[in-house]
Amino acid sequence: MHLALFIIFGAVCIGAAINLLVQKHPINSALSLIVVMGSLALLYLLLGAEFVAAVQVIVYAGAVMVLFVFVIMLLNAGEEERTPHGSRVAIMLGVPGLIVGLGIGVYVVARYAGLDRIAIGGPAILNGTEGFGNPRAVAQLLFRDYLLPFEVTSILILIAILGAVVLARREE
Amino acid sequence: MVPLSYYLILSGILFACGVTGFLIKRNIITIFMSIELMLNAVNLTFVAFAAELRMLSGHVFVFFVMVVAAAEAAVGLAIIISVFRTRETLNVDRVNLLKL
Repeated sequence: MHLALFIIFGAVCIGAAINLLVQKHPINSALSLIVVMGSLALLYLLLGAEFVAAVQVIVYAGAVMVLFVFVIMLLNAGEEERTPHGSRVAIMLGVPGLIVGLGIGVYVVARYAGLDRIAIGGPAILNGTEGFGNPRAVAQLLFRDYLLPFEVTSILILIAILGAVVLARREE
Repeated sequence: MVPLSYYLILSGILFACGVTGFLIKRNIITIFMSIELMLNAVNLTFVAFAAELRMLSGHVFVFFVMVVAAAEAAVGLAIIISVFRTRETLNVDRVNLLKL
């Protein structure tokens, strides 16, 4: 069951990620990215990370992507225009980048082949460690051990809001 | 029952897609979305290892990565708006003031 769900949503994930690359119009890429994030949230649920899955949907698929879509509409972004030259270096590096990424994936498989016996999900989550990754457990860790980093992130968000307002303000 | 390596492979493929998009795309918004894709791939690795090692710290780190990504998206999109106002384009090849 877990494996079937993983394969289905992993395939959706990869398909949408490739669609993001193929599409010419930014709004299509943005919608593909929403699909990627939605299926990633489901994979997080499979891994027993309930809190992270909820935050993924609310923050990423919700807030961040709405921001993206609004900016695309605001700037009236159209089809991507291809400049005749100048992107040759990027084309030369893009294919090797993909190959290196896949190579790393294959290396991880070969290196951690012994880890295949340790399976994720299923009974391991159900018995013994009940509620691993639910909001209560994460909150206890977050507000006890990681309280200072948590407070620092609130300052970071405040600075980001101020910076966004200052940068996007129309100069009179 | 899904082996850890499957999650790592999926994460690697997503990261490679992000890198490829970052390099071949010319629209600045799409490039920014590729960066978000790479961050998501890293998050998947964090969660997979957290589940495999039974350590909840991975989830907390994912939370921090999400906070930083949200801040980055807000500031980055503001910069994109201001670039569009001054240069009237979203093509990164036309934003070449520093080019020789």
